[in-house]
Amino acid sequence: MSTLSLKVREDGIAVLTMDVPGESTNTLKAKFAEEFDAVFDDIDRSSKIRALVLASGKKDSFIVGADIHMLEAAKTRDEAEQLSRSGQKALDRLSKLRVPVVAAIHGPCLGGGLEVALACTARIASDDSKTKLGLPEVQLGLLPGAGGTQRLPKLVGVQAALDMMLTGKQVRAKKAKSLGLVADVVPAPILFDAAIALAKKLADSNGKPAKKANALDAKALQEAALTKTSLGRKFLFDQARKQLLAKTHGNYPAPEKILDVVRIGLEKGMDAGLDAEAKAFGELVVSRESAALRSIFFATTALKKESGTDGDEKARPVEQVGMLGAGLMGAGIAYVTAANAKTPVRLKDRDDAGVLKGLAYVEDILRGRMKRKQLDRFEHDRILANITATTEEAAFPRADVVIEAVFEDIALKHRVLKSVEAHGKPDVIFASNTSSLPISQIAAASAHPETVIGMHYFSPVHKMPLLEIITTEHTAPWVTATCVELGKKQGKTVIVVRDGVGFYTTRILAPFMNESAYLLAEGLTIQEIDEALVNFGFPVGPITLMDEVGIDVGDKVGHVLNAAFGDRMKPPPGTEKLIADKRFGRKNKRGFYLYDDKKGSKKKQIDGTVYGVLGLSPGTKTMPATQIAERCTLAMVNEAALCLQESILRSPRDGDIGAIFGLGFPPFRGGPFRYVDTVTPREVVRKLEALEKTHGARFTPAPILVEMARNGTKFY
Amino acid sequence: MTTPRVAIVAGLRTPFAKQGTAYKDMSALDLGKTVVAELLERTGVAAREVERVVYGQVLPSIAAPNIAREIVLGTGMSRDIDAYSVSRACATSYQSAVSITEAILAGSISTGIAGGADSSSDVPVTISKKLTESLMKAQKAKSFGDRLLAFKGLSPKDFVPIPPAIKEFSTGLSMGESAEKMAKENGISREGQDRIAHESHEKASKAWADGKFAGEVMHVYCGPRFGASIAEDNLIRKDSDLASYAKLKPAFDRKHGTVTAGNSSPLTDGASAMLLMREDKAKSLGLEVLGYVKSYAFTALDPRGQLLMGPSYATPLALDRAGLTLADMDLIDMHEAFAAQVLSNTQAFESDAWANEHLGRSQKIGEIDWSKFNVNGGSIAIGHPFAATGARQITQTLRELKRRGGKFGLCTACAAGGLGAAMIVEAAQ
Repeated sequence: MSTLSLKVREDGIAVLTMDVPGESTNTLKAKFAEEFDAVFDDIDRSSKIRALVLASGKKDSFIVGADIHMLEAAKTRDEAEQLSRSGQKALDRLSKLRVPVVAAIHGPCLGGGLEVALACTARIASDDSKTKLGLPEVQLGLLPGAGGTQRLPKLVGVQAALDMMLTGKQVRAKKAKSLGLVADVVPAPILFDAAIALAKKLADSNGKPAKKANALDAKALQEAALTKTSLGRKFLFDQARKQLLAKTHGNYPAPEKILDVVRIGLEKGMDAGLDAEAKAFGELVVSRESAALRSIFFATTALKKESGTDGDEKARPVEQVGMLGAGLMGAGIAYVTAANAKTPVRLKDRDDAGVLKGLAYVEDILRGRMKRKQLDRFEHDRILANITATTEEAAFPRADVVIEAVFEDIALKHRVLKSVEAHGKPDVIFASNTSSLPISQIAAASAHPETVIGMHYFSPVHKMPLLEIITTEHTAPWVTATCVELGKKQGKTVIVVRDGVGFYTTRILAPFMNESAYLLAEGLTIQEIDEALVNFGFPVGPITLMDEVGIDVGDKVGHVLNAAFGDRMKPPPGTEKLIADKRFGRKNKRGFYLYDDKKGSKKKQIDGTVYGVLGLSPGTKTMPATQIAERCTLAMVNEAALCLQESILRSPRDGDIGAIFGLGFPPFRGGPFRYVDTVTPREVVRKLEALEKTHGARFTPAPILVEMARNGTKFY
Repeated sequence: MTTPRVAIVAGLRTPFAKQGTAYKDMSALDLGKTVVAELLERTGVAAREVERVVYGQVLPSIAAPNIAREIVLGTGMSRDIDAYSVSRACATSYQSAVSITEAILAGSISTGIAGGADSSSDVPVTISKKLTESLMKAQKAKSFGDRLLAFKGLSPKDFVPIPPAIKEFSTGLSMGESAEKMAKENGISREGQDRIAHESHEKASKAWADGKFAGEVMHVYCGPRFGASIAEDNLIRKDSDLASYAKLKPAFDRKHGTVTAGNSSPLTDGASAMLLMREDKAKSLGLEVLGYVKSYAFTALDPRGQLLMGPSYATPLALDRAGLTLADMDLIDMHEAFAAQVLSNTQAFESDAWANEHLGRSQKIGEIDWSKFNVNGGSIAIGHPFAATGARQITQTLRELKRRGGKFGLCTACAAGGLGAAMIVEAAQ
């Protein structure tokens, strides 16, 4: 079975269909090169062929990209560079075929798939919502390696091309047309005919696509000024780099390489550009950043297929989700259930005012999406109609899963659990969205603890990708499988962890936050600490995070963890002074930072008076930023290792995914476990032991790390 | 083969709200979707069991003319559920209930949803005929000049929007004027009317206080922005005082009239719905039902006569079909469009002469037992979203029958066009 089939029609238009045998989508593999070459030979030799239409044999998908596994096989920079060069060569041939080529695009056309399309004479796309075009390579720490960095700017302009390549964003057909990426957008049923018609037209005009008149509009002039003059280019690329570094803090080489390579092509021509592209591709493939990002991609792909149980337990159907509590978390969960999982939700709160707040929150998200044209009025209404609300005690007679997001109070949790079990289906699943109370403690009040589980979402629920599911020793496997499936449908990346105080994410976050407080107490400034961690790759610094989470909440959780784990989790000094000063963080606009309502103030300002409250004089000590970041990170990493050792985690992979998607651990470092592997366990243990000497037992290395250091083993 | 019985499994309504209050930003469709979704949720019947939705609204919607179908598509119901809309003025949800009933009796379906919704806050306002013509001409015009020419000869009054009228198309009389006419012709006193209105408020107010309505009225969280909620009807006067009614000026005949805003039903927004099912299916699903449709009748009279006498025509027919008499009724729920209309009808019920003249019967329909009449208040107090009232009456009656252990109830209403509707319901034992 071959991937490509060529059919020549009576009218001289040939149709080349790509259909990778045995797979649901088309991905590009190095081994196809020969097949492509042979087909191109046929086309060039045939005198009958006037034009070519390139189409996909897959339903609802064009070409989704290059096979990423292929990259794992490339062991050296040279091998990876060769992959790029052979891709470039094949597409160079495609672009220089004797006859014009039209790509008929329906469904995802991404990465290498779009590079193929770019090498065609013209592109035409279906208006289906499944049709998306993009170059997402940057998200895997790579760049488009088959000529994409050179062809895209030529087609859509440098600014639009950089925007697409630096963000990896995918555009819909309509947008693609306005960018000039595709020549036309048509309904899917007539895509093929329209492509044939366009191919004929091109054949009749000797393969030259009808040139658009060079409109002298403002946009075109701006593009010309920025790209055709050396001064303009300098301005353009300097600005782009500046904006980029503000986001990446220099931690991500791929987007910087994209800028370099595009600029070379622009200044020195296509051949030089392609050469630079191949070299950069080779370097990026073997970079640790890309390796880490690819491992995340593989892990999330694998997690999508798993049930979260050791056997192959089947999820039971969930026809309705009961949502207990309509606060920010409850409303967020209701939203992802109704909008993403498309499952009816019964939302309950204590009173109508509570319900209203929750519904208004959901409506606000939907309204925002409607404004961004992601959904229409009807869908907006339909999703809302999927949520019915009540204040009645017996709220969930029909729900298959009830998720509670009530106040973190064990007596209250017990009361609502009993009520749900009393009024609900006999096998109703009770899932708690607690972030700190042990699930087994909640399950103690249950008549059937096998249906009690933890579903720990992160705020804001509709944006945060992680769901941490917590099972107790009693939780039945079908319950786990059902909740994992529900989480996936809600659009979450789901990890399953064993019950224990703080589960996984809360537990490893605590020592990280504590350490930042210790550093503050030692005399460092808030700014120094937050900046150090942001530069290290965290989205926000630990002290900013404390304000966001709530200082009172952090304090409460801190004591719970302290009680469970002893001195290792001892809350740092000073928190009680902040609480006494009514500093709870952003929620009451009093914390480490200033929160005035005036919009437009770009950067948050530190509230200098907080030092006085804590009795500190900031700046009495300085420390290199890397050392600050390392201390906080090592505290987290060490705790993660303990979680693995204690089987809280099922695998290092889950631990990495949980930390990255739940806590913002720098993705390019691949998560705590991959970080240990990169630094090496031996070095990590050495650093921990040094810190232990100065700061005490909270840095005592986890036995599992000591063992690995001794044996020279790694997590992966 | 015995005829199957049609069970009314459950009924629900939104709180009824004064025009332009809680539901000011909601359409009849929004209200309909809200009540149907909640009805399904409360009965626990899976949406896939529903085979048809018949729903109605009286004030037409330009945007979504088939409200029943839009309810199916706009809630979580399966998109292959058949749905059509009906309109029978104030008896609209009698019609939707009967349409479902007849489909079940005919064996076409076994489960359906019936109901109706109206929003007096969301009425279609039209433009004058002249302006319409000009706009159409302009649309077809080829040049700018022609387009301009199309508007030639329009006067300012042609630009005044036209709201929908609540009056008879054939006679030109408004509903209020018809009630006024009936009051005069039947000798209905102002005091009598005010007393009916006062009692309606008192009884409805007490029913809420006693918790009778909590199980049949849902809380509505008012879209689209969810800035407010409503849990109870907001037109009922909790401290109704008979003396205060007398102070109101007549609304339709300033000089000699007796019909006032106080003894008439107000413009109201709201929705109601009922789930109907073939009895054996309801049993097999283990559902506890409210009761059964025993019989029903629709009648019509000449609108040039007394327009709102429908109940006096439809009731004897429905009773005959049930093989029952008015005395067999444990409850009577008569729609209160106007107190004058209520008293005109009850007077006719009790009159041999009226029966003889209008029905060709030798005997009156029956004596009214006022202790069984509109026991929890009626449309004057609760409000009257035109299409929602019938299902409100039926549900309210069946639940009250259950509470007091009664067997049969009569629900009846007058409607524009001289129509009458009556339904005899039987409580589940």
